Amino acid sequence: MPDLQPWQLERRYDVVVVGGGPAGLAAAVGAREQGAERVLIVDRESEPGGILQQCIHHGFGLHHFKEELTGPAYAQRYLERVLEHDVDIVTDAYVLDVDPTRRVSLLSGRHGRTEVDAGAVVLAMGARERTREAIRIPGTRPAGVMTAGFAQKLVNMAGYLPGRRVAILGSGDIGLIMARRLMLEGAEVVGVFELMPHANGLTRNVVQCLHDFDIPLHLSTTVVRIHGHDRVDKVSVAPVDEALRPRMAEAWEVPCDTLLVSIGLIPDNELARALGVRLDPVTTGPVVTSTMETSRDGVFACGNTVHIHDLVDWVSQESQLAGGGAGAFASGRRSSADNVRLVPGRNVRSCVPHTITTDREHTVFLRVTKSLAPCSLRLGEVYERPLRYVVPGEMVTLKVRPRFLQGFHGGNLHVDVVPREEAAA
Amino acid sequence: MRFDVAIVGAGVVGCAIARELTRYRLHVALIDRECEVGLGTSKANSGIIHGGHRAHEGSYKGATEWRGNQLWDELAQDLPFGYSRIGDLTVAFDDGDIEHLHMLLDQGRRRGVSGLELWEPERLQREEPNLSHDVKQALHAPTSGVVNPYEACFALAENAVRNGLTLLLEHTVSAIERRDDGFTVTTDRGVLDARFVVNAAGVHGDAVARMVGAEEAGLRFRKGEEYLLDKRLVGFVTRVVFPCPSPTSKGILVIPTYDGTLMVGPTATWSEATDLTTSAEGARAVFEGAQRLAPGISEGDCIAEFAGVRAVAADEDFAIGTTRVPGFVNVIGIQSPGLTAAPAIALDVVELLQGEGLGLEHDDGFVPGIDAPIRFAQLDAEEQARVVRGDPRFGRIACRCEIVTEGEVLHAIERGARTMDGIKFRTRAGMGRCQGGFCAWRCMRLLAETLDVEVSDVTKRGGASWITLPRLEVEHA
Ligand SMILES: Cc1cc2nc3c(=O)[nH]c(=O)nc-3n(C[C@H](O)[C@H](O)[C@H](O)COP(=O)(O)OP(=O)(O)OC[C@H]3O[C@@H](n4cnc5c(N)ncnc54)[C@H](O)[C@@H]3O)c2cc1C
Ligand SMILES: Cc1cc2nc3c(=O)[nH]c(=O)nc-3n(C[C@H](O)[C@H](O)[C@H](O)COP(=O)(O)OP(=O)(O)OC[C@H]3O[C@@H](n4cnc5c(N)ncnc54)[C@H](O)[C@@H]3O)c2cc1C
Repeated sequence: MPDLQPWQLERRYDVVVVGGGPAGLAAAVGAREQGAERVLIVDRESEPGGILQQCIHHGFGLHHFKEELTGPAYAQRYLERVLEHDVDIVTDAYVLDVDPTRRVSLLSGRHGRTEVDAGAVVLAMGARERTREAIRIPGTRPAGVMTAGFAQKLVNMAGYLPGRRVAILGSGDIGLIMARRLMLEGAEVVGVFELMPHANGLTRNVVQCLHDFDIPLHLSTTVVRIHGHDRVDKVSVAPVDEALRPRMAEAWEVPCDTLLVSIGLIPDNELARALGVRLDPVTTGPVVTSTMETSRDGVFACGNTVHIHDLVDWVSQESQLAGGGAGAFASGRRSSADNVRLVPGRNVRSCVPHTITTDREHTVFLRVTKSLAPCSLRLGEVYERPLRYVVPGEMVTLKVRPRFLQGFHGGNLHVDVVPREEAAA
Repeated sequence: MRFDVAIVGAGVVGCAIARELTRYRLHVALIDRECEVGLGTSKANSGIIHGGHRAHEGSYKGATEWRGNQLWDELAQDLPFGYSRIGDLTVAFDDGDIEHLHMLLDQGRRRGVSGLELWEPERLQREEPNLSHDVKQALHAPTSGVVNPYEACFALAENAVRNGLTLLLEHTVSAIERRDDGFTVTTDRGVLDARFVVNAAGVHGDAVARMVGAEEAGLRFRKGEEYLLDKRLVGFVTRVVFPCPSPTSKGILVIPTYDGTLMVGPTATWSEATDLTTSAEGARAVFEGAQRLAPGISEGDCIAEFAGVRAVAADEDFAIGTTRVPGFVNVIGIQSPGLTAAPAIALDVVELLQGEGLGLEHDDGFVPGIDAPIRFAQLDAEEQARVVRGDPRFGRIACRCEIVTEGEVLHAIERGARTMDGIKFRTRAGMGRCQGGFCAWRCMRLLAETLDVEVSDVTKRGGASWITLPRLEVEHA
């Protein structure tokens, strides 16, 4: 991996991208394509690629490359593009701070504790996993309780087995993927327990990772206690009522030596918070415009740091746009200001971006609160599209074309996902 | 090997006694079953150096609280550990509570505790705007402080070792036999002789006393659950806040730890000696109690939780003293404020041993300090740059939540960390909001490389607490 020598690191870049995951890589390409001359990517790992490096399963790139790649292969494809675009990359380097003048402080063994000035910044720090502590499971605190992503790193990157008899809490994609992975590694997966009445991951992962391996999925069930002194020796699980409260009288015990927690990702936003970027309380990521600019001038954001994606293809698309915005900003060009604010309405948890224009085409990503089938996606009074189904675990994408908004003169536009009958009525 | 003194138990009490004894020309052994010092109750508590006015008069607790409090300043000068006198507030919600404040005020003044002051709501809201506006009056004790208790144990033990202490970790004492000229102490890893034995075995204090036929303290066990909140709340409350005790509970406190993170707790429920579980009821009690003091605190901010067990003697006081077995000293039943009192207890125990016939000759070679570990996150940008130039390992982040570098982790291992918890409690790697998701692999690798063991041998805290497990063997019939 071509890492810069200390004397090659410039004092000033047109665009500095924080994070070299799929978001950061695509943003760098986008920035170059929109006129930025000098672009730098900083990543704290020894190799760019982000979380993709540990996702050795297939399933990446179906939309973007029209073929099914593994995570590392997808990252490699993108990295080649980045290198073709003559972008500087610094790895094993941690961004400590971005200040309002867009001075980026970084720390690395090779480059020391140093600063770089940026014409525009792209935040692409990805996400971290929610932990056992975030949902406060009572009981002991033995070894053997870990997040699914950490277990994935142990197995896929280091070749160690996190456990032999594994219970999994949460049916997010990482948990599902890891259920299959651990079975293939010779461990026994005793069950996946999901608080909600529906699986949280992609439907294809439920089928390919659980059903195909006869792993039981217990919906509306949660882990209520962890047992074991040195290492986990069992967990207690219980069904939950409609208010998601455990029915303790019906609890049962599941012997296991490991509990993987796969209860979601949280956008990593310490840098954004410290910089005073406005955050959306629902996504916990920055509020962004149609060019993925945050509330701070010249600071853009994309990928999991903005909102949690389930498909990397959309990360790449969104990030290319963000990088383009940053490149244009650094070159002194700005596109027309947003004049439409998207408001999450019925059964819509979040919309990204938060604002759009009436004169260009935009891709809007939304997440629903509840499953519905069949249903209808409504954009205020101006547009409606039937959908076969929606589930909270799968992001809905909507292309908003200028013609939908002909005659709409700006202001708030509510986004609803409603039952089909109701929409028809 | 024959020792002058063998101390069973390397909690804060055992460590403080050990260090005090290394001021003299003595062969001292400090024995603990765990793989690191301080892993018993001494790492799982509120970390408060009580102000000096709190414990009841006429008790051993009352006699050592204020003395201990004052001795911490000197310890903190000699040794590197997180320690800060941030002060505490006891808040009153009604007339009964106000009476309690006056009782504490009088008690403190009689002991000579300096600076105690009653605050009216106006002053309180100015100083601590996030506390409940229902508070009628508060007692401010500037003498109170917070300490990172595990760091104090590490520093005390490291300094004692430097001054000649023999530290025997992963040694479980199973028998103690009185001989004419001393004791034979049997552990699972060998036998040693000692002229005097100090029982500082925490919740196992009665069991150790029983081994040699000394008096027991009738220990019972009171568990306390504590909950740590996200860094987001740093500065939300700047002093330790106590409610007034009710007949049924001492109450839930809000504690700004040395590192700034808020902690809320502890509960107090009878339990087994080894019950370190947290519970849904405990969490409820803690967050209800904390919200009564500071309504802005929410359960959603919790990033970690733990429980500790207090060893409670039948009379609720410390059981410190010589026993019917000559040369065997009990230091048991050290419940709260045992952390506060530990330095005073250590001085008392040295005196007790002297009374039992231990000769004390000053060792002129005693060095009171050890080098402070580098805390990268606490340095300013220029100092950070200098440190990285000197050693590039400080340029690599190990823990991203707390900004701990690989250099710090490696130093911790050089200074005795053997486990993931050992690294965590020495460096804070893994204490932040991602709870090790990022740094755990890095720390495992550094432990394995530095100690020349397999990654699969790395444990969370010794024993069978492995992080990874070997693959299942295919069974051959
Ligand atoms: C287990 C798992 C399975 C998945 N499976 C699929 C799948 O089958 N198909 C699919 O399409 N998608 C899948 N995804 C989703 C996809 O991988 C993610 O959406 C995508 O990786 C997000 O990209 P990102 O660049 O935003 O974040 P990340 O990949 O997390 O990259 C962020 C990067 O930023 C760096 N960074 C963060 N902070 C700093 C800092 N302060 N200084 C320097 N560097 C920093 C990090 O080291 C990291 O390299 C999966 C994800 C996971 C976790
Ligand atoms: C929830 C809680 C909150 C508290 N808050 C405060 C506070 O804010 N301020 C304060 O002053 N005090 C506080 N305390 C009290 C304080 O923590 C204790 O008084 C103190 O830690 C006791 O130290 P110790 O050395 O006696 O016990 P421990 O730290 O438990 O040490 C005993 C050691 O003996 C070892 N051991 C036992 N048996 C054997 C054996 N057979 N062989 C070898 N080794 C053995 C154990 O492994 C252990 O390490 C609190 C306590 C709790 C539980």
